[in-house]
Amino acid sequence: MGGDQVSAIVEFDSVGLRYGTGAEVLKDLDLRLPRGGFTYLTGPSGAGKTSLLKLLYLAQRPTRGRMRIFGEELSGAPRDIMPAYRRRIGVVFQDFRLVRHLSAFDNVALPLRLAGRDEAEVVGPVRELLAWVGLADRAGAKPPTLSGGEQQRVAIARAVIGHPELLVADEPTGNVDADMAARLLHLFESLNRLGTTILVATHDLSLIAATRGAQLMRLEGGRLVDPTGALRNPPLRVGEG
Amino acid sequence: MMFSSLAPPAGERGLLPDQRGRPTPWVIAIMMFVTLVVAAAGLAVANAARLLGESVAGRYSIQIPDGARVAPAAIAAAGRVPGVSAVSPVPEADVRATLQSWLGADAASAQLPLPALIDVDLGPGADPARLAAEVTRAVPHARVLAYGEQLGPVTRSLRALQWLALGLVLLMAAATAATVVLATRGAFDTHRSTIEIMHGIGATDEQLARLFQRRLARDAFVGGAAGAAAAALVLALVRTVPGSLLDDITGGPVLRPLDWFLLALLPLLGTLVAMLVARATVLKALRATL
Repeated sequence: MGGDQVSAIVEFDSVGLRYGTGAEVLKDLDLRLPRGGFTYLTGPSGAGKTSLLKLLYLAQRPTRGRMRIFGEELSGAPRDIMPAYRRRIGVVFQDFRLVRHLSAFDNVALPLRLAGRDEAEVVGPVRELLAWVGLADRAGAKPPTLSGGEQQRVAIARAVIGHPELLVADEPTGNVDADMAARLLHLFESLNRLGTTILVATHDLSLIAATRGAQLMRLEGGRLVDPTGALRNPPLRVGEG
Repeated sequence: MMFSSLAPPAGERGLLPDQRGRPTPWVIAIMMFVTLVVAAAGLAVANAARLLGESVAGRYSIQIPDGARVAPAAIAAAGRVPGVSAVSPVPEADVRATLQSWLGADAASAQLPLPALIDVDLGPGADPARLAAEVTRAVPHARVLAYGEQLGPVTRSLRALQWLALGLVLLMAAATAATVVLATRGAFDTHRSTIEIMHGIGATDEQLARLFQRRLARDAFVGGAAGAAAAALVLALVRTVPGSLLDDITGGPVLRPLDWFLLALLPLLGTLVAMLVARATVLKALRATL
């Protein structure tokens, strides 16, 4: 429990995950995300990236091993303390997961409202962030009337509105053009400079290449290929290097 | 406090969109209507049984077959018993009017031997056995009967009806609770994706349960108010029907102000029960998640 552990925001120790009685989808994960770091997670489809993200945003418990997030052992923690930790984590889902009957504004405002903020403290930041992601004029639109890229930007705005300590994003630039991808990356980097730890699961090599100093992790077959986090761009293939 | 919780705070408005035409308020309205009518009937029957019991408490009847000749002796004997507050012979005309139901015009015949009937009221502490002893000493073939015993089958039937009504009200309450459980589960399934999203970004069980309990409480309040209005209309119409059996038995209105107050509480109680049942249902469903 030295200073090393204090500076880690996420620590996995021999973590495994299986759904029901099926085979393990994540095996013996030992990983450590430094507080304030920027990490990319790559790997082929079916490697377990989404399952790993589910552990990180506390939608799943590991079936074995230890999982410490924000310095707390959460693998066996009681469920009633989970919401407080979830509020410290921003999540960009691959399928956006916007509330269909709420406007873009209300979707982005949701984390602040759940946290009990007064409406006066909600309106300004939400408008500002919607403007930042280029959706100022679409604030009243509901998700079914938004394009995929617009929905993705709303999802990102919702994830970052509460200045989370940890931001977990699953393919956050999958539905936006290159200009918007660069803009969103800039947003992530700005948040990172303000202290938010970022973990982005992506196949987008250009995104990885554009981020200086980012760590890279690669999952294959449910295992971390480089659990030390020492890999750097470009990602190495298994057996190389 | 209960009613303030029916309106969501600004931040929670619209999270569960209103679906127009959903059946829950209507089902609750029908159930509340039936519950209120049954409860009103139960209260009326209970009041009738009570008033009937009070009206015959301490009242006895002296019956002497073909006894017009010896009635004065029985009256005098009854009057000597300590604690007797009133002794009143039933007029012959009343006896003949009663017999007319069975005998028709023959009841008016002067040849018909009529029994003598004498009503006796005993005050507190009076001894019915002493009354019987004194009367039979004066008129050996006289019979002394307690009104309460004679009306026993009626009062027992009224009590049974009262318990039946209570049982039906409880059954309706259970059915209403079951309706709320089903409605809550339905709403929970309909809004599952919204719940998962909110849960994923840090909503507490309490916050999620509040959305549903508010929704169901509102449905129960609206449905309960509609059912209560319909029941009030029906009860008001029933009261306008002259010569109802219970009015005849009790000689007056069978629902007291306290009864109306209790009936008015039922829709509010229904709203409270719906709120608590919805809350428990949602919290139980959420416990299955992380």
